[in-house]
Amino acid sequence: MRPSTVVLALLAGLALAFAVIFGHFSGSTATDAERLAANRALVEHYGLTDLALFTEARYTRHPSQADLHSAFQDHPSALEHFPTGSLVSPRSLPLFRDASLAGKTTSPD
Amino acid sequence: MHPWLEKQLHLIDFTLASLARRKTKNVGLLLAYTLIVFVLASLSLFTHALRSEASYVLAGSPEVILQRMVAGRHDLIPPGYLERIGRIRGVQKKEGRLWGYYYDPVVNANYTFMARPASEVADGTIMVGSALARERGLAPNNTISFRSYAGKLFGFTVAAVLSPDSELLSADLVLLSENDFRRFFEYPEGHYTDIALSVANPQEVRTVAAKLSTALPDSRPILREEVLRTYQSLFDWREGIVLTVLAGAILAFAILAWEKASGLSAEERREIGILKAIGWETGDIIRMKVWEGLIISLTAFLLGGIAAYVHVFHFGAAVFAPVLKGWSVLYPRFTLVPAVDGLQIATLFFFTVVPYTAAVLVPIWRAAITDPDAVMRA
Repeated sequence: MRPSTVVLALLAGLALAFAVIFGHFSGSTATDAERLAANRALVEHYGLTDLALFTEARYTRHPSQADLHSAFQDHPSALEHFPTGSLVSPRSLPLFRDASLAGKTTSPD
Repeated sequence: MHPWLEKQLHLIDFTLASLARRKTKNVGLLLAYTLIVFVLASLSLFTHALRSEASYVLAGSPEVILQRMVAGRHDLIPPGYLERIGRIRGVQKKEGRLWGYYYDPVVNANYTFMARPASEVADGTIMVGSALARERGLAPNNTISFRSYAGKLFGFTVAAVLSPDSELLSADLVLLSENDFRRFFEYPEGHYTDIALSVANPQEVRTVAAKLSTALPDSRPILREEVLRTYQSLFDWREGIVLTVLAGAILAFAILAWEKASGLSAEERREIGILKAIGWETGDIIRMKVWEGLIISLTAFLLGGIAAYVHVFHFGAAVFAPVLKGWSVLYPRFTLVPAVDGLQIATLFFFTVVPYTAAVLVPIWRAAITDPDAVMRA
C-alpha cells in the first residue's frame, strides 16, 4: 500500500473519531440530564446561590453574595491572603449599573 | 482514478518521503504542536463545561435575595423588616433565611450551615453534604458534635447524607432545624440572615428590586441574573489567568512553528531547486508544501483535541483542576457533563491549523519562483 493511502486513511480515521467524540458523546445523556435536573431542584429547594468550589473564605464560598468591598473586608487595607481570592475575578458590572437601585434620600446628602 | 486525485496522491507520497528524511525534527514538531492543542482545547472544554453546568443549575436560585447593609457590610435582617417590604406587586413569596459559616478546627475547613423547616430536618439532627461526610467519616445515624462560637458543645445525629451527585453545590452544606440553628449560633430571635423573594414574571424582577431599594434604602438586592453573571465572569477570568500563565509556552511554540514553517533549511532549498530543475512547476511545489503543512497541523489538531476531551471528561481535567476549580479542604468530587461549543472548536481549528499551513507558503513561493540554479548554489 502506498504511504499516501495509509496517511490519508489514518487522518480520516482520526477525523471520524474526533467527529464522533465531539458530536455524539457531547451533550447530556439520560443519566446526566437526570443529575442536572436533580441538582437544579436542590438549588431551587434550598435556595442555593453558589457552587461549593472554594470554601476558604465567605467571599470565595459565596462570591455572588459577598459584600461589595470584599478586598479589604477584614480590616481597612487588609491584604488578601486566601489562595482562591487571587483567582476570583473583580466584579465586572458596568459603571453605575446599580444607580437606579441606590438608596433614595429625601434630604440632600 | 481521476488524474487530479492521482497527482495529489503522488504529491502526498513525495511529501511523506521528504518528511521522513527529517524524521526527528518533524516528530518533535508534531509532539509540541499536539501538546499545545491539547492544553488549549482542555482549557476551553473544561471552562465551557463548568460554565454551562453552573448556569444551568444556578438558574434555579432565588430571583431576588435581599441583604441588609450596615456601613457597607452584610448585616442581620432585624424583626419587622420583612413586614416593611409590604405587598410589592409581582412578589409571589418572601421568606427570611438563616444561614452562616462554621469553622471546624478538626479538619480545618469551613462549613455552610443552613436552617430548614422542622418538617424537613428535626431538632437534634442534621443533613450533611457528602464531601463533609467523607472528610469527617460520617454515615446516617452517626453522631457528631460541634463546638459553637460561644464555646458550648452541641451533638447532632446525621439524619441523611446528601447525594454525592450534588457535591458541586452541597459539598460543605450542613442542614439543621431553625431552633438548632438559633441555639447553636445564639442568633437573636426574629432576626434573619437575608430574605429570598420569588418573582413570578422575570420582566418584573428589576422593577421589584428598584421598589425594594426605595422602600428599604439600607438594603442590597442581589438578582439571579447577577449570580449567573458572577459565575460567567469568574470562569472567564480563571481561563484568562491560565492562558496568561501559558502565554510564554504558547509564544515559544508559535516561534518554533513559525521558524520551522517560514524559514527554509539549506537542504529544503536545495530540494526545491532540484525539483524545479527536473521539471516540477511552482504550483506543484507549493501544493506539496501545503500538503506537508496540512498533514502536520491536522494530525496535531485531531490528536490534541481527542486527548483533551478524554483528559477533561474522563480524567477530570487533572492538569488544570486546581486552578480552575479552586482549592480547599472540602474539595467536591464531580464529573462534568460534556458540553462542547462548536464555535470554540472552530476557533481553535482556525488558530492552530490555518496559520501553520499559511506560514509554510510564503518562503516556498519565494524559493520556488527563483531560478533553480541560483537556489541550488545558495
